[in-house]
Amino acid sequence: MVQFSKTGLDASFAALSDTTRRGVLEQLGRADASITDLAVKFDMTLTGMKKHVSVLERAGLVTTEKVGRVRTCKLGPRRLEDETAWIERYRQMWSARFDELDSVVEELKQKEMVNGCNKSE
Amino acid sequence: MDATSQSEPAPLKNRTTAERTSDRELVVRRTFNAPPRIVFEAWTKPELFQRWWVPKSTGVTLLTCELDVRSGGNYRLVFAHGDSPPMEFFGRYIEVIPPSRIVWTNDEAGGAGPITTVTFEEKGSQTLLVIHDLYPSKEALEAALSSGACDAMPETLDQLDALLRV
Repeated sequence: MVQFSKTGLDASFAALSDTTRRGVLEQLGRADASITDLAVKFDMTLTGMKKHVSVLERAGLVTTEKVGRVRTCKLGPRRLEDETAWIERYRQMWSARFDELDSVVEELKQKEMVNGCNKSE
Repeated sequence: MDATSQSEPAPLKNRTTAERTSDRELVVRRTFNAPPRIVFEAWTKPELFQRWWVPKSTGVTLLTCELDVRSGGNYRLVFAHGDSPPMEFFGRYIEVIPPSRIVWTNDEAGGAGPITTVTFEEKGSQTLLVIHDLYPSKEALEAALSSGACDAMPETLDQLDALLRV
């Protein structure tokens, strides 16, 4: 259902190739954070952290929003797409199971109808 | 959207829906053209269960299927797929109320797995089946969603299949 363009995937892999950026994603998975928070947390300059965040932003893994003087970072839309895709796979799995369950159910129903001649409901 | 079972004749194949209903919950719904006692029987007898739990399209084989479907009983399923090591899933039935409700744990993920509740609701001559996965925390569900790793049976199987197809 969800397809990633090759450039999108390349951008994701590039973004994920860096330890700090993976750490930032993990951190944002727990709570949204400002760039300043992240810079402190990862012990780096504001400029350095801004660069990392913009790489993650380009890959769609993070979104940022500036309110006043604070730029807040949160996990981005790519994550949502992944979730949609996952739920669709989950649905398909159950759907495939249930289509097979239908035939077992049908068989039991037939059996019951045959036996039903001898006993009341 | 949702499969309301009015008096209309049922289509050949009923639709399965799945949605995330909260931070910690996933819900799957499907209608069956038979009363609950029949669907319940197909779910709880091992010899019937193993005929549908693993769809042929996955290429997965069910090696072991031990189901002691009663409150406090345990289950253990072992799957094989090609040359990869067998995968084991196990847990305990917390509550079993024939023919309307089964609740079980998914313990292979060491506490991160969901509690699964299946209800069989009578709708005229049909059954509305609802599967409800309740994860211990938002993080546990998010982990399952993002990794597809061993948190519950369906996604793991699915993931296994997807991995081997690559």
